[in-house]
Amino acid sequence: MKRALIRYLPLVILALAWEGAAQLNLVSSLALPSLSHVAAAWIDLVRDGELLDNGLISIYRGVAGLVLAVIVGGGLGIAMASSRALDALLKPLVELFYPLPKSALIPVTVLWLGLGNGSKILLIFLGCMIPVTIGAYNGARGGDHALIWSARSMGAGRLRMLWDVLLPSALPELLNGVRTALALSFILLVSSELISAQRGFGYLIGYLGDTGAYAGMFAVVLTVAFLGFAADRLYQMLIQWLLRWRE
Amino acid sequence: MRSLSIVLLLVLWEALARSGKVTPFMLPPFSAVVGRIYTDAVAGQLWLNLGLTLYRALAGFFLAAGGGIVLGAAMSRVKPLRWFFDPIISVGFPMPKIAFLPIVMLWLGVYDVAKITMVVFDAIFPVVTATAAGLAAVDRELIWSARNMGAREGELMWQVALPAALPQILTGLQVALPIALIVEIVVEMAMGGYGLGGAMMNASRFADSRGVFAGIVEIAIVGYALVRTMALIRGRLLAWHHEAEHR
Repeated sequence: MKRALIRYLPLVILALAWEGAAQLNLVSSLALPSLSHVAAAWIDLVRDGELLDNGLISIYRGVAGLVLAVIVGGGLGIAMASSRALDALLKPLVELFYPLPKSALIPVTVLWLGLGNGSKILLIFLGCMIPVTIGAYNGARGGDHALIWSARSMGAGRLRMLWDVLLPSALPELLNGVRTALALSFILLVSSELISAQRGFGYLIGYLGDTGAYAGMFAVVLTVAFLGFAADRLYQMLIQWLLRWRE
Repeated sequence: MRSLSIVLLLVLWEALARSGKVTPFMLPPFSAVVGRIYTDAVAGQLWLNLGLTLYRALAGFFLAAGGGIVLGAAMSRVKPLRWFFDPIISVGFPMPKIAFLPIVMLWLGVYDVAKITMVVFDAIFPVVTATAAGLAAVDRELIWSARNMGAREGELMWQVALPAALPQILTGLQVALPIALIVEIVVEMAMGGYGLGGAMMNASRFADSRGVFAGIVEIAIVGYALVRTMALIRGRLLAWHHEAEHR
């Protein structure tokens, strides 16, 4: 407890410095509303349901896009690792799209699906798929060949091989790819909602900023930042639990 | 052989666009998109946008690289600095920094300074963590023997510790570069003005789908070229390192 306190003390100092600078009018309250004002604005936003309404939409978009990316990307990576033809056909495409700054897809998804949920889910799906594919591919290829051979010689069928041998050996790298995808999904979600949306966290941030409700804007920004942090920490715990058989 | 599937993809694109199954608004033929890029190149518009995007993304990247390596190195040497920055970096890294975009706009406006600041803010985290982790993992015996041979502290950093940590630092830079590009494109879309992302957003507003797809192709090429260049530089810089033998 004490150690955690010492460890996270710098964050407390930052928060106090923020509050102090705002209270003493070192900076204009228009540029930096005090932390207590931001907290009050946050409570207001929670009370009138605005934060939750927009937040649930955002979470729905993020989860849907990410789940699709993990299923399709993971399947694609494992398929590429186990079939030479698919590998030859798809690897150059994966290499081509991997360095594409995914945010460039925002206007296209809007062109195709408009301003609603569909365009955000498609964007997150497309953007997050590649890191998952690469993770699954590297993991499945790096799998222990002796393991694969012995399973085969013991008469394991194709599906059993996939489930009992290939997937577990691909899992560590696959899960790492998903972690990259998780971070990317937050970036793409917030960007696309800031740029073109009528609901969601990003929309709410932009709306509050445009109407001059800066305390509220800071409150939503901090909420999103905290969610991104919390999602990553929870995911790391999940990884540790999933890979507990490794040690 | 490798370019075969890319050619196949482009042929499929062209065929699908001309088949009449999709409207030219949803998917303009590849040839029309190339034509559009050519017109923009002749008119000079392309070079202006390309130059500004590259300038801001790379300026932000180099500032993040320099600042991140200095901060990471300082954190590894100076205990109070490590105590202060460690929680800030580890909490800030997984946060979607892009959510702070309206705050940066509020403080710094919508021109180059604001855009480059956003790029630095996002790209610096992987550099700091990679530098600090890389320096922490340098072989103790290497440091001891250098010190025994009379190396001064400054020499120790520049001639022993930093080169030994270089592979990890470069990995951090290789993570930071695509982030810099993603963020630069998003801030151009959100803040407007010239640049490849800004031009795409304008095209999207005027329902000019050729312009949008031209933007994707241009940004994909820029991303590919930068990521490849970075990998080449890594190979050059690490020619002495045993990692090079595995190629």
